[in-house]
Amino acid sequence: MTETATGRVRLVCERVVQTARLMVGVPDYQTYVTHRQTNHPDQPFMTYQEFFRERQDARYAIGKGRFRGCC
Amino acid sequence: MTFQAKLLWAAVAVLGAVALGIVALTRGEPINAAWLVVASVCVYFIAYRFYALFITNKVFGVDIKRQTPAYRHNDGLDYVPTNRYVLFGHHFAAIAGAGPLVGPVLAAQMGYLPGTLWILAGVVFAGAVQDMTVLFLSTRRDGRSLGDMVRTELGPVPGAIAGVGILMICIIVLGVLALVVVNALAGSPWGTFTVACTIPIALIMGVYSRFIRPGRIGEMSLLGAVLLLAALVYGRTVSETPDLAVWFNLSAPTLALLIIGYGFVASVLPVWLLLAPRDYLSTFLKIGTILLLALAIIVVHPDLQMAAVTKFVDGSGPVWAGGLFPFLFITIACGAVSGWHSLIASGTTPKMIENETQIRFIGYGAMLMESFVAIMAMIAATVIHPGVYFAMNSGAGLIGTDPVHAAQVISSWGFAVTPDMLTQTARDVGEATIMSRTGGAPTLAVGMASILSGFLGGKMLAGIWYHFAILFEALFILTTVDAGTRVCRFMIQDLVGNAIPAFKATESWTNNLVGSALACLLWGYILYQGVLDPLGGIWTLWPLFGTANQMLAAIALTLCTVVLFKMKRERYAWVTIVPTIWLVVCTVTAGLEKVFSPNPAVGFLAHALRFGNAMAAGTVLAPAKTMHQMGQIVFNDYVDATLAGLFAALVVTMVVYGIIHCRKAMGNPRSTTHEVGPGVLAGAGDD
Repeated sequence: MTETATGRVRLVCERVVQTARLMVGVPDYQTYVTHRQTNHPDQPFMTYQEFFRERQDARYAIGKGRFRGCC
Repeated sequence: MTFQAKLLWAAVAVLGAVALGIVALTRGEPINAAWLVVASVCVYFIAYRFYALFITNKVFGVDIKRQTPAYRHNDGLDYVPTNRYVLFGHHFAAIAGAGPLVGPVLAAQMGYLPGTLWILAGVVFAGAVQDMTVLFLSTRRDGRSLGDMVRTELGPVPGAIAGVGILMICIIVLGVLALVVVNALAGSPWGTFTVACTIPIALIMGVYSRFIRPGRIGEMSLLGAVLLLAALVYGRTVSETPDLAVWFNLSAPTLALLIIGYGFVASVLPVWLLLAPRDYLSTFLKIGTILLLALAIIVVHPDLQMAAVTKFVDGSGPVWAGGLFPFLFITIACGAVSGWHSLIASGTTPKMIENETQIRFIGYGAMLMESFVAIMAMIAATVIHPGVYFAMNSGAGLIGTDPVHAAQVISSWGFAVTPDMLTQTARDVGEATIMSRTGGAPTLAVGMASILSGFLGGKMLAGIWYHFAILFEALFILTTVDAGTRVCRFMIQDLVGNAIPAFKATESWTNNLVGSALACLLWGYILYQGVLDPLGGIWTLWPLFGTANQMLAAIALTLCTVVLFKMKRERYAWVTIVPTIWLVVCTVTAGLEKVFSPNPAVGFLAHALRFGNAMAAGTVLAPAKTMHQMGQIVFNDYVDATLAGLFAALVVTMVVYGIIHCRKAMGNPRSTTHEVGPGVLAGAGDD
């Protein structure tokens, strides 16, 4: 396989994994870290574990009134 | 458009027309499912390329340069600019559910044609338009919720009405969906065992992802999937071992009480322990199964056994009560247009859109996918023998519990079937009986088992595939029940909190317990009422659910219309006015018929009157066995009549408010909409 083709396959795999994770409410961690480092370089950011827990709680947070997968 | 592109689209149009012609005009001989697939895919492509593009470019005037909430509020968490394919997957997973699978199965009693035509026409002109427009509105309002938007654009009273409507639908949906699960699992040790196993499996997954390998979604889901598969295979052994089977061979009322209790426990436990892991498992299983079924239908391309149109279009059908208009449109529900999606399209998706031109792909495109799921459900329901279909979907009050008698009754309707076929089908899928398994899920499971076993495993694996399909539906319905109970609890706390402010505090454990108990009580009442209904529950309650769902769609589309007027785009407002009118006509007619129809099969009041009169005369009518049950039936009739009447009243009120606001907007030469960001004219703005 040529270099660009492997790159493309890797990108597709990455996207599939991102999609699966977002389906259950967990956005891309690397994007979050990049965002924090670019925009708030002086502030600490969550570890992956904290990030995961925060997102999990947010998905089912009472008060957001979210309702999925009904019809 | 280049000449080549024009040629290509012309070819798609011709192919679609030919396929649709074959689907619509073939009579007497079975047609192949492939024609249904080709016809719908062509319709989707053309609608997406032309109609949806017209709406985004001309009607909305989307602006690729306009900043979206994802950039404006980027926090890497809720608001994140997200690749459109990734977001499409997220949005589709959020809207896909039990509705598009069950509705078409029930609609198949009128034949495959009426349902298929409405699924296609409905999605192109109503469902996908609604999803996309609400997504567009929410994207321009920082990802606000539907209730919020109704409040700001139409005022506090319609906002409150929409809130009450959403709560009522929530309760009915939970009750009816739980009923689907109960009907599928009653007297089925294999199914009950497998579904029960999902609880310990979820607990293991929860602990794994919390403490052992925190946040490893892939590993934990794989672990869960392997355990689930083991439970599915072992379920056969359980059902064949009398000592074990007796524990899982439960009656419908027992199952209903268990599910109500389970819903309560699941909604007060910490989410990471039970709710979240089950949600992960059910989401992946759902998407995986949908893809697998699509692949299997294309590979196997079975013939449809059901006639194009059956005699039940006159409203005398055994599956659900009511004629083609308006009840077919109510029954199909989510595969054509679903009010629910307006809640999701104004939820997390608008906070992640990269730019406005992607609204078409995500909003319209995902709904087309959903509609294709409905077409697949229609195919699955019509590849099985019509006699078997009616045996599965008619209540025991109509066909009895004896295969010989049931075969006789169904054959007398004109669908020749032998008692042997009914028992053989049950044996093939490893069940004691398949009769009166109303609710759509078991029918879908038999259809899916027949398609999937043709694809992989043959007759040997039919039992596994059947229970796999049951598991797949039960799992995500129960996840909806858990999550829905939490949402209901919040809405009840919010509503009651207006009177008793202390009840609003969501951190209080007392409030949580009381709120959850209230929520479970409300949907549990609907569920239990359905379980005791000798006509199978679905017969009575599904039309009520459909009406509620279409009502919410009508409310959402009214909002869309008002905003188009406020944007001074009334010239194009017909794109939302036409589906609004159709939905209002359908819901109001259905609501009124459910209340006032003199036919006791359709009208709740006529039914109550019939039973009330019999009670006064001291006789017990067929479905009921005691005087107490008679009283119960009359009471339920009044509850259902009140709900149906309320739905109709809600829709009419919303429309009146909508018209008032449209007229007001017409009188104002400037845009009066409440958008966020640049492009807002002076005098308007976010409040």
